[in-house]
Amino acid sequence: MAHVVVGSDCWPFTGGASTFQIEAATVRELITALDGQFPGLGDFIDKRMAFAIDGEIHQDGWFSAIGPASEVYLIPKIGGG
Amino acid sequence: MSKIHITTTVNGDPAEFLASPGMTLLDALRDELGLTGAKEGCGSGDCGACSVMLDGRLVCSCLVLAPEVEGCRVETIEGMAQGGQLHPLQQKFLEHAALQCGFCTPGLLVAAKALLDAHPDPTEVEARYWLAGNLCRCTGYDKIIRAVMDAAAELRQERAA
Amino acid sequence: MSETLDKPTTLNVVGTRPIRPDGADKVTGRATYGADYNMPGQLVGRILRSPHAHARIVSIDTTRARALPGVKAVVTSADFPDLASEMHDGGEAASNLRDLSLNVLARGKVLYDGHAVAAVAAVSAAVAEEALSRIKVTYEALPHVIDVEPAMSPDAPVLHDYMMTEGLETPPTVASNIAKRHKNVRGDVDAAFAAADVIVEDRYTTEAVHQGYIEPQACVAAWAEDGRCEVWSSSQGQFMVRTYCAKILGLEISDIRVTPAEIGGGFGGKTTVYLEPIALALSRASGHPVKMVMTREDVFRATGPTSGAVMHVKLGATNDGVITAATVELKFQAGAFPGSPVGAACMTALACYDIANFTIVGWDVVTNTPKTAAYRAPGAPIAAFAVESAVDDLARKLGMDPIALREKNAVRDGTKAAYGPTFANIGYVETLAAIRDSEHYKSPLKPNQGRGVAVGFWFNIGGESTAAIHISEDGSAAVVTGNPDIGGSRASMAMMAAETLGVPVERVRPMIGDTASIGYSMLTGGSRTTFATGMAVVQAAEKVILDLRQRAAKLWEVSLDHVVWRMGQAECIDPAKPEKKPMTLAALAAQSGRTGGPISAQVTLNAQGAGPGFGVHLCDLEVDPETGHTSIVRYTAAQDVGRAIHPSYVEGQIQGGVAQGVGWALNEAYIFDRDGRMENAGFLDYRMPVASDLPMLDTIMIEVPNPKHPFGAKGVGEVPIVPPLAAVANAMRGAIGVRMSSLPLSPPAVLAALDARKG
Repeated sequence: MAHVVVGSDCWPFTGGASTFQIEAATVRELITALDGQFPGLGDFIDKRMAFAIDGEIHQDGWFSAIGPASEVYLIPKIGGG
Repeated sequence: MSKIHITTTVNGDPAEFLASPGMTLLDALRDELGLTGAKEGCGSGDCGACSVMLDGRLVCSCLVLAPEVEGCRVETIEGMAQGGQLHPLQQKFLEHAALQCGFCTPGLLVAAKALLDAHPDPTEVEARYWLAGNLCRCTGYDKIIRAVMDAAAELRQERAA
Repeated sequence: MSETLDKPTTLNVVGTRPIRPDGADKVTGRATYGADYNMPGQLVGRILRSPHAHARIVSIDTTRARALPGVKAVVTSADFPDLASEMHDGGEAASNLRDLSLNVLARGKVLYDGHAVAAVAAVSAAVAEEALSRIKVTYEALPHVIDVEPAMSPDAPVLHDYMMTEGLETPPTVASNIAKRHKNVRGDVDAAFAAADVIVEDRYTTEAVHQGYIEPQACVAAWAEDGRCEVWSSSQGQFMVRTYCAKILGLEISDIRVTPAEIGGGFGGKTTVYLEPIALALSRASGHPVKMVMTREDVFRATGPTSGAVMHVKLGATNDGVITAATVELKFQAGAFPGSPVGAACMTALACYDIANFTIVGWDVVTNTPKTAAYRAPGAPIAAFAVESAVDDLARKLGMDPIALREKNAVRDGTKAAYGPTFANIGYVETLAAIRDSEHYKSPLKPNQGRGVAVGFWFNIGGESTAAIHISEDGSAAVVTGNPDIGGSRASMAMMAAETLGVPVERVRPMIGDTASIGYSMLTGGSRTTFATGMAVVQAAEKVILDLRQRAAKLWEVSLDHVVWRMGQAECIDPAKPEKKPMTLAALAAQSGRTGGPISAQVTLNAQGAGPGFGVHLCDLEVDPETGHTSIVRYTAAQDVGRAIHPSYVEGQIQGGVAQGVGWALNEAYIFDRDGRMENAGFLDYRMPVASDLPMLDTIMIEVPNPKHPFGAKGVGEVPIVPPLAAVANAMRGAIGVRMSSLPLSPPAVLAALDARKG
């Protein structure tokens, strides 16, 4: 089970809950699982959030791998100048 | 408004064009003569990107009216390299990586050449004040000043030889 | 000076300083920037801008303008589709397409002084300007609000009557100017403050500042009768221009071909469109190509800037210097539409510190000022100004050396960043040590001088990129990418290709393709090009090498395993065939027709795992107590750059970031009059640093490689603008003995601070 943490951007969907244990081997599976628990959250995170998987930031990419003991932080997508 | 026929010398060659009374030298160079090396960054003489030499004097071409250059000698960045050889200042700008986007570079080179023509052995402070009329937003001026000082040294050596 | 950790010894090109491939064009005036391009029969486009900071557009009458001989087209927002609110997910910073469209041309309301209202295309500039004066716009002026805190007030004039604050526990029922609240919490901050030995706190303010690129926005657009369009423009991304034009005008993306001009600086300010959709609409309406060039005044009034801000920071620490608690509140001006960089500011604010308890709150607030655009590490310098000033005050209160305090609380590999993830392969403590051990840090100061230290963090990004490599018959190579070269990236692309192929860099010609000749690439921004596009270039070179090895294997009649690529040539390592002499790239290229056709490879990728960057800056300044004038007397910036591909251009990025940050700290600010009109929309009054304002800017490059990049590169362009605001402010604190917490530290402000000290 991956340890998943979401920030305040996602709280309107999660009712303020921020940590989850989720069975997911890829980013897409994670999105699907979170959307199953909190309808609408999947589309929101797909468009607006990046995935920090064990410290490495994946801005998008559905097939990025998530390990069984991975820590995944959802953070707002980063732009730049 | 009828246009004025202007005869001038640009980079050593005779040049003629028609100018409306309010046309700037910068617009004449860019739009009438096709010399787009001088750039418009502000149109108010504050950025120096349009620097050219007019009868041996460094000017912002955006502040000179085109009809004023009748019979004058204009030198632009396009005339700086001679016979397929870069001027030492141009070469030193490249060696020192003294440009990033390159937009201010033509004006800085024209102004730097004017400096070295008038003061072959400037101090760093003199170079900084001479070039204070040329804005560069990319480099922080460090490498520009190093390139100018290095070119000055090389030109002095050339003259001594 | 470069401090190299774990540097492979086998690199021949990466890490050297060759002359940039586009250099000769740029020192001779030949390089073609946005305004240097012309099309036969082109018209001149001009924009009518709002004189009001906030007003309802009652009517726009263009009849008299259209009647003027020589006027070929007039457009207003009525000529554009009225888009629905939709977040565009282009992989870049999210933008709302409706807001983007409304910013290009106002519809119903003008929201800031300079907001575009109508545009004309005419046979000359004089006719176009006369036409603008003949457009009659009837406005109903509305109360306006410029500064962020008044805009948050419940009785503020509301810019968008539909806007409800996002991010609150309880969704609001009344519209306001607060677009969004960000919040990031860790631990128990109240308990931590109660237990702290030492507490510092202050309120900090900054003003809106502009990116200040010297080249104003410029483009030429041509709409053909078959609906195909061409756009030539200066931007940070030709694909960005194409997508936004297609969305704003309701076109098929492939009908628009955008050719990137040379770009005269961007710093984030050219990551969006202003002119291009209007030029296309004018071209469609007139049947002629249309050229549009902004004036400097337009650039200040209608593009950029980044946010002005009001911030509150409180830090708690133990007597031995462990920072145990922090609260940070950031209120950012977004300009006319939501989307200030306050989110990134919240994430970066405490990113250099390992703190157990904190609360960070950020507010994104719309104001009657130009819609903010990205500016180099968007948001981070503003937050760092506040946090680094507070850390400096904490060091003074604790009697600790400011670097020792930062080292004690520094994030390291394995530290959980304040914004969530766990750091790896970062070079922050090495960078702190480089400044601590520098000769500069140990040097004495003179009277009226002060020394300031500040640190900064930026994420850097990766993203989607395409690179193609074509090998010519003589073995020379063309490298084509889709990223405009703002600061020398052609050089780094050529160098990475040359290094991989094993050829001299002079044999590689880097080019930037238009949108029809190279695959999609996200724009040049977020410090992504050397990392992500560089990765695509290296992979394309590897693909070329595989092809070359396969051809050599066929020629030698050996297995692929028995062909290695070494120093630019194929070598046969089959022990059964010792007679096979190596074949150079040139030799293989000469036979390409007989061995399978042209040698060419393209790679597309979406690069993940960009390495974050840290910078530590040291500033010495001197204050003239008579005039309040400040001179920067010495400056050293250290940064973890991963691996410097072309060290001169890395140094240049650091020096440029420092110069912009010093300008932000000392002089730059948008100034508005009581009617909300910008008062200093020109370089004379908006005072950016000139050569005589700065000393030499010393750099120290620390190289802790990013394992995700073939050569270890990390983005370098944004980090160096993060620390200078606070480095200057902290040096000022040292010089005058008073904390100045509002930027800019202009001479009148310094004099006032000196007077208050005397008083």
